[in-house]
Amino acid sequence: MDCAPSSEQGGVTYLSDTVTRSTKLLIAGHFSVGKTTFVDCVSEVEPLRTEEAMTQVSAGVDDVAGLPHKTHTTVALDFGRLTLNEELVLYLFGTPGQPRFLPLWHDLAKGALGALVLVDTRRLTESDPILALLEEQGLPYAVAVNQFDRAHRHPLDAVREALDLADDTPLTSCDARDRTSSLHALITLVRFLFNRMEPTP
Amino acid sequence: MTRPRRVRDLVRAYVRTGGLTRPSRDLDLSALVRSTTAAAPVEASGEERRVLALCSRQRALSVAEIAAHVDLPPSAARIVIARLMDHGLLTTPTHPHITASHDLLKEVLDGLRALV
Repeated sequence: MDCAPSSEQGGVTYLSDTVTRSTKLLIAGHFSVGKTTFVDCVSEVEPLRTEEAMTQVSAGVDDVAGLPHKTHTTVALDFGRLTLNEELVLYLFGTPGQPRFLPLWHDLAKGALGALVLVDTRRLTESDPILALLEEQGLPYAVAVNQFDRAHRHPLDAVREALDLADDTPLTSCDARDRTSSLHALITLVRFLFNRMEPTP
Repeated sequence: MTRPRRVRDLVRAYVRTGGLTRPSRDLDLSALVRSTTAAAPVEASGEERRVLALCSRQRALSVAEIAAHVDLPPSAARIVIARLMDHGLLTTPTHPHITASHDLLKEVLDGLRALV
């Protein structure tokens, strides 16, 4: 389906004037697994980044003057968008993997349809906290192995076992630098989300 | 301190939300926002004016996009946007939240398939 062109003005790409609804998916995964690359690759607009301030109990570094024992750190949030039809737009939020960003996580997960978890076969154990977090939040997810050039290609069955995935959790592979491949990974996730939900009467 | 300027800006952003620490309404980062025909009140803050200048009457942007374009942390942008909505200066085209339904997932699936 052809979507009406969005309008660009001063570096801002507005949505088409027919778009009135939005929804979101999370692109999750540990640090440097390729979340930003994935979002960059599929987004219809230049991917955007915002920085959220997080207040943490300080370990004595980076103290902000006048606020003892508190540290302000920032966490970058990358996101992109895909106009799906004349009315609906999908936002993709690259979700920071570190558990210390939990408050931001809750916020992002709320209202999300599901999550695509990118994994790197060289660092599978680093995905465990992310999967645990998603399960805790009750957010359905699919897993995609991001195929890095130099990584040894593991059979998906071995990955499934290593990650201890439920039998019905979709597992696929993708190349986060390739748009079609990344879109297919998103389709795998959404097909799973669709199939697990009963039609509304 | 490797990036002192950024840290200071973020702290200032909270100050410039008028001291509010929570938005007056539940606003998702993916919620769509448009401006209305109402004129900005004279007491509007610099941040509020920047958000109003960015928003379009015809073509929506999400809360997250507004935050990125005006360089505010999403939490601060939400407070500013919520307040502008309270004053009738910004509006959401439909529901700020749409929940997952079979129909919506079908629509998303079809939309993604059409892009491949």
